[in-house]
Amino acid sequence: MMGRKQLCRFLLAAAAALALPAGAQVTVGVTVSSTGPAASLGIPERNTVALLPAEAGGQKIRYIVLDDATDTTQAVRNMRKLVSEDNADVVIGTSATPGSLAMVDVAAETGTPMISVAASAKIVEPVDDKRRWAFKTPQNDALMAGALAGAMARQGVRTLGFIGFADAYGDSWLQEITRAAAAKGIRIVAAEKYARTDTSVTGQVLKLVAARPDAVLVAGAGTPAALPQKELKARGYAGIYYQTHGAANNDVLRVCGKDCDGMVLPAGPLLVAAQLPDGNPVKQSALAYIAAYEQAHGAGSTNTFGGHMWDAGQLVAAAVPAALSTGARPGTAEFRAALRDALEGLRNVPASQGVFNMSPADHAGFDERSRVMVKVENGKWVYQPDL
Amino acid sequence: MDTTIALILAQDGIVNGAIYALLGLALVLVFAVTRVIFIPQGEFVAFGALTLAMLVDGRTPATAWLLVLAGAAVVLMELARARRTGLWRGLPRTLLACVALPFFLLWLAPRVAGAGAPLWVNVLTALALVVPLGPMLYRVAYQPLAEASVLVLLIVSVAVHFALTGIALAFFGAEGWRTPAFVEGSVDLGFAVWSGQSLFVVGTCAALIAALWLFFGRTLYGKALRATAVNRRGARLVGISTGMSGSLTFGLAALIGALSGMLIAPVTTIYYDTGFLIGLKGFVAAIVGGLASYPAAAAGALLVGLLEAFASFWASAYKEVIVFTLIIPVLLWRSLSSRPAEDEE
Repeated sequence: MMGRKQLCRFLLAAAAALALPAGAQVTVGVTVSSTGPAASLGIPERNTVALLPAEAGGQKIRYIVLDDATDTTQAVRNMRKLVSEDNADVVIGTSATPGSLAMVDVAAETGTPMISVAASAKIVEPVDDKRRWAFKTPQNDALMAGALAGAMARQGVRTLGFIGFADAYGDSWLQEITRAAAAKGIRIVAAEKYARTDTSVTGQVLKLVAARPDAVLVAGAGTPAALPQKELKARGYAGIYYQTHGAANNDVLRVCGKDCDGMVLPAGPLLVAAQLPDGNPVKQSALAYIAAYEQAHGAGSTNTFGGHMWDAGQLVAAAVPAALSTGARPGTAEFRAALRDALEGLRNVPASQGVFNMSPADHAGFDERSRVMVKVENGKWVYQPDL
Repeated sequence: MDTTIALILAQDGIVNGAIYALLGLALVLVFAVTRVIFIPQGEFVAFGALTLAMLVDGRTPATAWLLVLAGAAVVLMELARARRTGLWRGLPRTLLACVALPFFLLWLAPRVAGAGAPLWVNVLTALALVVPLGPMLYRVAYQPLAEASVLVLLIVSVAVHFALTGIALAFFGAEGWRTPAFVEGSVDLGFAVWSGQSLFVVGTCAALIAALWLFFGRTLYGKALRATAVNRRGARLVGISTGMSGSLTFGLAALIGALSGMLIAPVTTIYYDTGFLIGLKGFVAAIVGGLASYPAAAAGALLVGLLEAFASFWASAYKEVIVFTLIIPVLLWRSLSSRPAEDEE
């Protein structure tokens, strides 16, 4: 039997044992844009953090989430805070490209690996002294543009009209699709711009229709992508409608209604996970994510942006055991360096949007398995294996 | 560019211009009566449209809860004022407007939303939910500072704008909404085909402007507002309450904003932050009118709408630049042609 003194000592020891791992656990800092212009990306990303692995390699993982309001300065401030005050071992974020690019500098300066959930290839290419520390989970625009140009060629498109956001997203797409289309012998006959909150795109659409292209590509993200689509339909444009993966979002279909029927877009396989063949390596992780997200937020609430955060979580969980095996303790500079090396060494990690194969030259790690062509039929996303 | 394209662009410009005209009028009105440069005017556009969209979608708009909270804030401020001054007379009315009404609407909204009611019932409910926010906003944010300088009031406006945008994001989410059209089909006017909805927008705007004109010309309250706009101190001397004028003005501004939002929600997608840019264009129109003249503001609004439509055809990447650059020559011309107005302070 234990005496009272022994009991006290035992309790003290237990309390100490419980308190100790707090210092030893892996800390993942997250900054996302859950307010501001990129909120439609940041909100599902923030919601996804709660579903990420709580443990890897026998080590608890602690997540700290901050909002940067789609503000580049705030994203940098958040990253500094996460690294210096919270002692983060790895930082995930942020939702938009400008903030992510600025965070790369902090990552290199403090020797902290970061995993961006923004799309631009510039965040991780080319891998130099600074970008050694930067990784990202979304597909490169170039990959999506290549898929889109391939589908256009197969559908017999010779001339293309383009309407996109008057910001980095639209500009990057115009650049990528010009390159990819040229490779397939497709000519761009009109390129128009519009703003996310525009209430009318009549002028741009009239100009597109007047140029008589075989097909039109709308490069917008989220519900604003529906406006040119609806206007083109209203003006009786009869060619093929293409969209980018930014429109792969159920809210777009809600706003767009039957005007979106027939539009074709490239997307992460997550969008049509249930329709993928069983042999597809992505299917399992994608379905697991959808089940977890919809249990927390209701049926039909998943969107592909949250999938990028889920994938970042899978990368961390896959890299932590290798980093721990070097003997470095979480919270130290050695551990951060080991974690970076482990992230770079990841091979064949299946996630919700594709299969990651990182290498010292490629910190995005996705191949053709990370995109599928999808067509909207009767208000549903339908997988198109032949496009 | 041929005539057909020019006509379609002109139609687009006039429809947008009509909305900017309404907002421009509201801005001129608010500035004339209370000296507030009402940046959050656009937020009422978003609140009106999105509240209606939520009701049509069968959900209870969170605006109902905002109304309850804002009402509670007003009551607390009124209680504090009554304790300080010992004047308890106005309190029953405040309680009725700021406690009974919000709770009644909170009870009513889910019943209307769920029932698949006709569109006009939803419109009226949405208006009832949004419009009282105007006077409450005035009571909470502006009335305590009614005698402050224009600059202070402007800073308060900026703060209110950010607060309302944040609240709208929390309430309605980041994605956009549309509402069903008031009028289906299109009308052939001989030289061009107009969609029924855009004719409805222009018609409603014209009717609203006429109604405002009658209100200011024929009714006692309208005349009181005009008197306050001409000379605040003089109006007070003849017994027109500044607080009453302010509340009434903000109520009108909220009504105009919410109606504008509901008018354009069927033809465009409305986001929680759409209102700011629309309001800003209304502001450009109001500046053309020197923040004082209603007809000049309406003409300026049409100019902004047309300029925007044609700019988006010729140089879509520079559309906003072109529209907002309009302010510079207008300001230059105004500052050269008119003597500086007498400052009341």
